[in-house]
Amino acid sequence: MINLTLPLDKNKVQELHAGDSVSITGTILTARDCAHKRIFELLNKGEPLPFELKDAVIYYAGPCPAKPDMASGSCGPTTSARMDGFAPRLLDLGLGAIIGKGEMSDDVREALKRNCAVYFAAIGGAGALYGNAIIKSECIAFSDLLSEAVYKLEVENFPAVVAYDCHGGSIY
Amino acid sequence: MRKINTQILEDKIYEMALHAGVNLTPSCIDAMEKAYADESGKACSFALKTIIGNSEIAKEKAMPVCQDTGLSVVILEIGQQVYLEGKALSEAVNNGVRRAYRDGYFRKSVCDPITRVNTADNTPAVIHTEIVAGDKIKITYMPKGFGSENMSRLFMLKPAQGVDGIINAIVETVKLAGSRPCPPVYVGVGIGGSFDTCAYLAKKALTRDIGTRNQRADIAEIEQTALERINALNIGCQGFHGKTTALGVSCEWAATHIAGLPVAVNIQCHCVRCEKEII
Repeated sequence: MINLTLPLDKNKVQELHAGDSVSITGTILTARDCAHKRIFELLNKGEPLPFELKDAVIYYAGPCPAKPDMASGSCGPTTSARMDGFAPRLLDLGLGAIIGKGEMSDDVREALKRNCAVYFAAIGGAGALYGNAIIKSECIAFSDLLSEAVYKLEVENFPAVVAYDCHGGSIY
Repeated sequence: MRKINTQILEDKIYEMALHAGVNLTPSCIDAMEKAYADESGKACSFALKTIIGNSEIAKEKAMPVCQDTGLSVVILEIGQQVYLEGKALSEAVNNGVRRAYRDGYFRKSVCDPITRVNTADNTPAVIHTEIVAGDKIKITYMPKGFGSENMSRLFMLKPAQGVDGIINAIVETVKLAGSRPCPPVYVGVGIGGSFDTCAYLAKKALTRDIGTRNQRADIAEIEQTALERINALNIGCQGFHGKTTALGVSCEWAATHIAGLPVAVNIQCHCVRCEKEII
């Protein structure tokens, strides 16, 4: 198990290889279908995004509401392939890593290589475990989208596997 | 005639939905533990261990086992001697779902298909009713996640394609889905009927306990052969390549037209959540 603290520098990204198990600590942002649509509307209009994309880590996820005594509800990954059309442009704009589940397109793999970025597969269906790895959660954009809004999450020891590395390697 | 107030149904749906969001079915847990014991690959073993650990955390903390707490699918088999009184049946079911998703801190995942605006309470549920003999109501409640639902397919095969065609359709669906539906999956198959009934039968097949076999020997053989061929695909848990790609295959059938052979393949992820009650 490789311990990773965010943000990732490019030297560290180069050391990662498909199949490596990692444990992630740091700040990540959730965004899934509807949030990506909003992000692209802003980009297409030339308007600023409500968060810094450079070196950010986007987690394809939509959490359950938090119980009163918890930072977050259950929050496992959603299927990444639905974001195939969005990921390359965001990677070209500086996105440092993606967390999701399942295969993504060849265009995404190329964009990861081109930008020395990495795609981590979280374990799909392990929502309760990931909810417990979140120590702080704050909605920072598109709150009307409810679970599909952008949440800034502080995670600790978040388990994942390197799915696509920056060298073109794949676990799939 | 037996009178049942729909308030009783509402309260029962509430309890079933609350329990289903947090707990996997016993047959699912057994199948996952067996898959873990059989697995030797590093990444698959890690994923299976994580998933089994997750189900224990969910239970202990009473939190959803998966954040996709699903679209609520409710099957009501209503005895023809039952007289339903009180609020409308659909209102009772939806009230039960609404209350459970609020009190359970479950994700609300239902939206308008065009505007994509969320209904914010996980209603309406998908409600199927069947009128059967007797004076009881059998309730089946299944929250259906959509990462797997999206990988489902429907085939209108030619009669000449027969059993081989059916098995190929099942295996091809799982192969094309690959890592995306959260394997190991549970595969529900509807064979025969019409375009719509085979899809419903596929869903209903998923309400069976994993590992059970259809009473018809020839259908049971389709289930067994399809399962073996799927597990030879080497997709494995999460697509990390391993021995268990499917936990089970269940088929249900109905008579069909002489010109056709409809086959629906409904994919369920490894988070099999399904409650059954009789009132």
